Amino acid sequence: MNPMNNVVLFGATSAIATAVARELVDTGARLFCVARDGDALEALLADLRVRADDPEGNRILGARADLADIDGHAALWQQAQEALGEVDSVLLAWGTLPDQAACNASVDATLQAIHVNGTSAIALLGRIAPDFEARGRGVIAAIGSVAGDRGRQSNYAYGTAKGMLAIYLQGLRNRLFFSGVDVVTLKPGFVRTPMTEGLNRAGALWAEPETVARGIVRAMRRGRDVAYLPGKWWVIMTIIRLIPEYLFKRLKL
Amino acid sequence: MTASWNRIPQVEHAAEVELAHRGRPLPPGTPRPLLAHGLGRSYGDVCLNPGATLLHTPGLDRFVAFDAATGRITAEAGLSLDALLRFAVPRGWFPPVVPGTRFVTLGGAVANDVHGKNHHQAGSFGDHVLGLTLRRSNGQALEVTREASPDWFAATVGGLGLTGLIETVTLQLMPVRSGWMRAWSQRFDSLDAFWELNAQAEREWPYTVAWIDCLNPGPNGRVGRGIYGAARHAATAPVRGDYRERRRSIPLDPPVSLVNRLTLRAFNHIYYRQPVHATPRAVHHQPWLFPLDAIRHWNRIYGHQGFYQYQCVLPPHAARDGVQALLDAIAASGQGSFLAVLKTFGDRPAPGMLSFPRPGATLALDFPEKGRDTERLFARLDAIVQEAGGALYPAKDARMPAEVFRQGFPGWEAFAEYVDPEFSSGFWRRVTA
Repeated sequence: MNPMNNVVLFGATSAIATAVARELVDTGARLFCVARDGDALEALLADLRVRADDPEGNRILGARADLADIDGHAALWQQAQEALGEVDSVLLAWGTLPDQAACNASVDATLQAIHVNGTSAIALLGRIAPDFEARGRGVIAAIGSVAGDRGRQSNYAYGTAKGMLAIYLQGLRNRLFFSGVDVVTLKPGFVRTPMTEGLNRAGALWAEPETVARGIVRAMRRGRDVAYLPGKWWVIMTIIRLIPEYLFKRLKL
Repeated sequence: MTASWNRIPQVEHAAEVELAHRGRPLPPGTPRPLLAHGLGRSYGDVCLNPGATLLHTPGLDRFVAFDAATGRITAEAGLSLDALLRFAVPRGWFPPVVPGTRFVTLGGAVANDVHGKNHHQAGSFGDHVLGLTLRRSNGQALEVTREASPDWFAATVGGLGLTGLIETVTLQLMPVRSGWMRAWSQRFDSLDAFWELNAQAEREWPYTVAWIDCLNPGPNGRVGRGIYGAARHAATAPVRGDYRERRRSIPLDPPVSLVNRLTLRAFNHIYYRQPVHATPRAVHHQPWLFPLDAIRHWNRIYGHQGFYQYQCVLPPHAARDGVQALLDAIAASGQGSFLAVLKTFGDRPAPGMLSFPRPGATLALDFPEKGRDTERLFARLDAIVQEAGGALYPAKDARMPAEVFRQGFPGWEAFAEYVDPEFSSGFWRRVTA
């Protein structure tokens, strides 16, 4: 089991990462939370400090940063390490759900979506990996998506970014295996969060952020390679991946 | 489609927005008026806004501050009492007032100024609210405290969510030694016996409540037998340690209501025959305070057509005769209730202009939807309540006539001055039209 006592959460104010943070606080973990929106970050830190019985903010720390700005990554990672001492786990959880129609109309929007959801995460992973590799333990986890398993007309800009991230994590997992570091690819299905507001979210395929968060913490502790959350998405995506392309291209998914 | 707990009325909203952060402007560009909606445990249309916008608040579930020395806690208004209890009980604190379900939000508890089984000792929820923040449609964020802004405080506590969006609530918790209670129960065979028992028990026990069998008469030939229960917080947990709620769920809507004359009579009979424990024993607070929370989606037993709650309060001088008259009228109608709950309120003046709790006795009943028969029964019950000078509970109402509301809440016109021009609800339009 990987210890998760000093954890950095990138994109901590997302609904899923917030639920992960609450889950970890109850186990006594120390957290460093990074988010772009300063007010939302302050509200999150205050919430976690109450839950952690840490009014002074000794256990629950954070910094405001726009993670799409990759030039700031090195200093930010430095700051997180200095704040927590030794970092044993990181979770990359930022992202947006781009409007595919807008991406179809604009190459810039497509590239921007791929940057926010894919390239910027890869940039940060590239900064973090050498430190984990040198120390020879710990867990690096990133939130991908079932959307990254197969390109579909309805959201393939997002899917491209998450698919690219998954391939990168796969390679990184292979590289860091030999130094004892676990790399975890998390693939949530449909989750009721502000990111998916506006979609029709009734039905058995939709999960609550708290359920997904419990799965994330479990997968990170166990050092799972790839975790579909909830687990039934592994079955669904296996079937979807098996559909031959000459049929798949005719589907309206 | 968002509905309230009893599924009546079924209405469409023009827009539904999930609030994720406090301190933000009210969502622009959605059809006005607005109404906050928490966990939807109220009955009827007090939490609905047909044709307009609902603001879902459960995303506003952050703690803001907690003082472990004094038990003062500030949290966002969408935090559930369930989440608050999970935080507070292990730290030796308890919300001083809780309603019959813990799946309500702080904001909902304030807006309906909810009461619990300890009203005779602790008053209503609003009595323990120290302050709140209120976002108005003019862009202002009012810091409302009992001392500094008593008028806004009295309007917003019990104000049915109409004075603006409640963003945070500061509550004074009370110390407890554990999550356990000591409780006893006893059968009574008539309302007279209830009143006698109640007068004694209320002097010593902070939590009291009675269930009435409203189908099967007692030995005096009149409906009014039941089971009386009382409890207090326990000093210590019993040796057997932790409590785990055995959760059950009604998984789906039965095609027809499972509540009919036969099942009601049988249920009431069996419930009355349940074992009682005259000597106090250890009971965890969850089954004692929130018995129905163990059955998720219990509202489904009535089928998709839904059901009604009827909860009234009768002033002290009219309580004895009035409660018997209500029960007689229900028995005569042949329509019974699964859970008829009777309790007396204390004398403490309520904190809100539209607060429901007031000195007297409150009777709560639920009825399956039977169209005209149900309407006729309610008209009869309304007449008894009005004659007694009582009131109906807005949080549990889908049908009270405007004049019944106005008579029961004479402060409503003064209250209307505080209603935010961009906030309204189905209930408010119904009773003020």
